[in-house]
Amino acid sequence: MKCPQSVEKHSVMLSQETAERSASYSPHLGAQIARAKQPSAKAESSLAILCTKCSENAIIELQHGAVCRNHFISYFEEKVFATIKKYKLIDRNDLIAVACSGGKDSQAALHLIKKYFVQENLPLKNIIALAIDEGIKGYRDKTLADLRKFCKDEKVQLKVVSVKKVLGHTLDAALKKVKRKKLNYKPCHLCGVWRRYLLNKTAREMGTTKVITGHNLDDEAQVILMNWFKANTSLAAHLGPISGTQEHAQFVPRVKPLYFCTEKETKLYSFLKKIPVGFQECPYAEEGYRAHIRDLLNDFEQKYSGTKQGIINSFLDLLPLLKTAASRAPINSCTVCHEPANQKVCNACKILGELNG
Amino acid sequence: MEITIYLEKKASTKKVLFKGKTVADLLAKLNLNQETVLVVRKDQVLTKNESLKPKDKIEILSVVSGG
Repeated sequence: MKCPQSVEKHSVMLSQETAERSASYSPHLGAQIARAKQPSAKAESSLAILCTKCSENAIIELQHGAVCRNHFISYFEEKVFATIKKYKLIDRNDLIAVACSGGKDSQAALHLIKKYFVQENLPLKNIIALAIDEGIKGYRDKTLADLRKFCKDEKVQLKVVSVKKVLGHTLDAALKKVKRKKLNYKPCHLCGVWRRYLLNKTAREMGTTKVITGHNLDDEAQVILMNWFKANTSLAAHLGPISGTQEHAQFVPRVKPLYFCTEKETKLYSFLKKIPVGFQECPYAEEGYRAHIRDLLNDFEQKYSGTKQGIINSFLDLLPLLKTAASRAPINSCTVCHEPANQKVCNACKILGELNG
Repeated sequence: MEITIYLEKKASTKKVLFKGKTVADLLAKLNLNQETVLVVRKDQVLTKNESLKPKDKIEILSVVSGG
């Protein structure tokens, strides 16, 4: 996959954006003090913070100032659309598969992509929601029910691919086998490998030209730190607003329009837009290494606002170098399924081989 | 003061007694990081400085996904 063409200018452009956003959302101190001394009727009974762009009560404090409901929605949508344009995540002729789990991030992404298509006068029939049903009883069936309702309301076609039908195992059954055979696979690893495999395979077979994912700034900052701490430089090269390190006929590019949106912003947007997402906890979710990194980042963010954004900005400065170095590694064709692979056999088939052997 | 909170992550409601008067005080009492939750009263999202009142009914929504 090609490196993002404008990554090399990222630092400069972000600095400009930051300055513009700062000017746009940061208050003139005098005006803010005046408002604080003469609070509006809406805020008079409390210590409510006021929107830095109008006199409404703020609902979130961003790095460059607090904003009300309406100004937050504008800010969030403009940020996503600017990311799509800056990194050329969507072309006019793209047929888009939005990878959906039924969670807040992917449903917000689907909602925003649809809105972007309307704004840019692109054909809505070119958007398909794509979900992978891993077979996690009591969890995925509930999130898929949310997703089916959402896609019906949004009038977007939904394609659900069953891991059981394609690979022969539900995740529930596979994990019982892993335990019985004493294999060294953690649930999230196995699930992640199969999900990525089926997303790419199905997206390509459907003829889609991009896969949109709901990865947000928190997701990315966590993985950057994990790779950094574990010295996984080659894996880090696959990150960025456009995943991967080189173009390949069998890879459908995966792109991340929520790349610069924090998880809190995404949750808030979903809440304000009444996107129907219940809180469902995967029974296999583990409080492992990633959870420690997440907590560390949230602690830092609470004490030092802008920490996560700083990690992303620094990383994007380095990313072109990482991608150039990683693009020299050849991509093989899996000897079992002929899907792309780093080794002779792809990870999905390697796991299947051990489960079935 | 005593308020009632609904914790989305645990799908449970409980009463909480605490000494402060703001959202930040409540989150400190519950040992919750402000980055990880949205605090909602009557469908309105509150910032950390917002005052709470006795008998308020507050929803605490989890920002972190469960998957």
